[in-house]
Amino acid sequence: MVEIGSDRASLERLILQQELEKFLYREARLLDERRLEEWLDLLAEEIHYWMPMRRNVKFGDWDREFTSAETEINWFNEGKEILEGRIRQLNTGVHWPEEPVSRYEHIVTNVEIMDVTGDEIRVNSKFFCYQNRLQDEVNTWVGRREDLLRRDAETGFKVVKRKIILAQNVMLPKVVNTFF
Amino acid sequence: MVDIIRARGDYSIAEYIDSEKGTVSRELYVNPDIFEQEMEQIFQRCWLFLGHESQLPNPGDFIVSRMGTEEVIVVRDRNDNKIRAFLNSCRHRGMKVCRYDEGNALVFTCPFHAWTYDTTGSLVGAGFYNRPDASTDTLPRENWGLSEVAQFKNFYGSLWATWDPKAPSFEDYLGPFAESLRHCLQSSDGEDNGLEFFTPFQRHRLPTNWKVPGFTSVTDLTHTAMTHRSSQAAGLHQDRGQGKEKPTIPFPQEKYAIGDHSLGHGGMCTFYNQAGVPQYTNEWFEPGVDDYFRDATERKAQKYVDRVMAPHGWGGGHFAIFPAVMVDSWRLRWYHPHETGMTERWTLSGVDKNAPKEVKDAVRHYSERFNGPIGFFESDDMENWNYVYPASQGARARKLDYFFRNGIGHGKYDDRLPGVIVNGSYTEEAQRARFSRWLAFMEAKSWDDLYPINKSSARRIW
Ligand code: FES
Ligand SMILES: [Fe+2]
Repeated sequence: MVEIGSDRASLERLILQQELEKFLYREARLLDERRLEEWLDLLAEEIHYWMPMRRNVKFGDWDREFTSAETEINWFNEGKEILEGRIRQLNTGVHWPEEPVSRYEHIVTNVEIMDVTGDEIRVNSKFFCYQNRLQDEVNTWVGRREDLLRRDAETGFKVVKRKIILAQNVMLPKVVNTFF
Repeated sequence: MVDIIRARGDYSIAEYIDSEKGTVSRELYVNPDIFEQEMEQIFQRCWLFLGHESQLPNPGDFIVSRMGTEEVIVVRDRNDNKIRAFLNSCRHRGMKVCRYDEGNALVFTCPFHAWTYDTTGSLVGAGFYNRPDASTDTLPRENWGLSEVAQFKNFYGSLWATWDPKAPSFEDYLGPFAESLRHCLQSSDGEDNGLEFFTPFQRHRLPTNWKVPGFTSVTDLTHTAMTHRSSQAAGLHQDRGQGKEKPTIPFPQEKYAIGDHSLGHGGMCTFYNQAGVPQYTNEWFEPGVDDYFRDATERKAQKYVDRVMAPHGWGGGHFAIFPAVMVDSWRLRWYHPHETGMTERWTLSGVDKNAPKEVKDAVRHYSERFNGPIGFFESDDMENWNYVYPASQGARARKLDYFFRNGIGHGKYDDRLPGVIVNGSYTEEAQRARFSRWLAFMEAKSWDDLYPINKSSARRIW
């Protein structure tokens, strides 16, 4: 039997891992339960929410692979105000690609703590998002996320930066109306 | 050439358009035989949009683009700096030579048997070419280069090509729309080729026939209120819901929908009834952006002190080049057919080359959140364009017609734009013009039968 209590640092690490997973799972649940405003509440005011496009590039030409958030066109590349606007639109009931609303299931896994600096934690995770709409419209998005989270008294953490690395080149679904 | 739809027996294509009633059979959108004929009769003959020179600034730079269902490599030559376009298909056994979206190349080497092409498309080597038992040493290399487009045009920075050597010049193909396109490629201070375009292409799939968006968008004013009902709530336009400034200085102008039935182009059009340019009104949320555009507009106004601007689209654009390029002053969007019921949509957004970074950023972020599958505005369109297709292709549904009558019979020729029908903004004039041209292409044996190569073949079916 491992005596966890004997090593305070690893115990703290274990608790942090547990807290982070709980936070990320809750985030996914809020999206799937259409509690979008509550989801917004988990994002820091200054969040950079970024999903670059991904190019097919020659081996080794990796600096060309992801589109630049600074100079190029990205799928998502925005702050909280824009995300709020998107959610206002989703909540009108007349945003046709979500009317009738989709059934989303976000599965979050591979949660890894990359770095802890004071209140800030870099954590990576993977997602699988399944969309089922109308009778037979099915779309999936698979990818990973590189997050910067900050401890927060109210919500546990806030997402300060999120880079979403989608395993896709041409966007195959006609519309993306969920978040990752 | 083929004017019989095989799957339907003995109807001619013309019978699927009823110009008296103002209807088009849904069959034209859902029938795979017609789709195949379109690829031959339209996409092999028309001038198609490839991209913009700002995407490949350096010698050896290339992008992979599309013409119809096929890929083309667009490359800037290392020696003469010229841009050329080639089918992305190896001449040996047809392997896709280039599988990258873009890059910089010394040569293109096929991954199958190493046939190698330089940046002018010439075959310069092949695997084992110097072995006596590999017959490539006797290969007449000059005949085995990559298949190059028949005509290529750099029009004020925008790149276009056609596979048909008999096609008219690009300017003749555009007719009166050449000036409008030129205008859309100007910077906001009115300098030619004044835009650069943000990389890369924004590309996404749309499960519908290419004509659904291709023959509808930018000329469909009656869809906006219903389709885009939700977008106002988002408050994500340039002004982010703070409200746009209203002009205080009146500028007499007339706005119409127009359609050029003999060339197939059409869309929104503004006639300016006095010299100068309309007053700039504030519309941007981000600080400093309006100052830049107001300044640029004043510089542009200097160029038009005693000159009336050529008629062009609303807000500088919003018209379609046949078959499926939608032109605005800040973006180009176009549709690539994949199959009868699958289309790929590409967008490029532009900005003044000389604008400061904060202006470029504001325009870029607006493009990111407005356009395409994640665009708060355009995502609305995708749902309607998509479900038109499954709801039109059933055995019963396809026997019905689509209604294209809005404003039929009310259009008039106007001296200010010779050859073009001018009609009310909410009419479907531009959509009808597309079908006049569509039918002409589907029936013509070659460009010899088509306007403007054959002047007498100008066609207006309704
Ligand atoms: S197919 Fe390209 S070298 Fe054989
Ligand atoms: Fe629209």
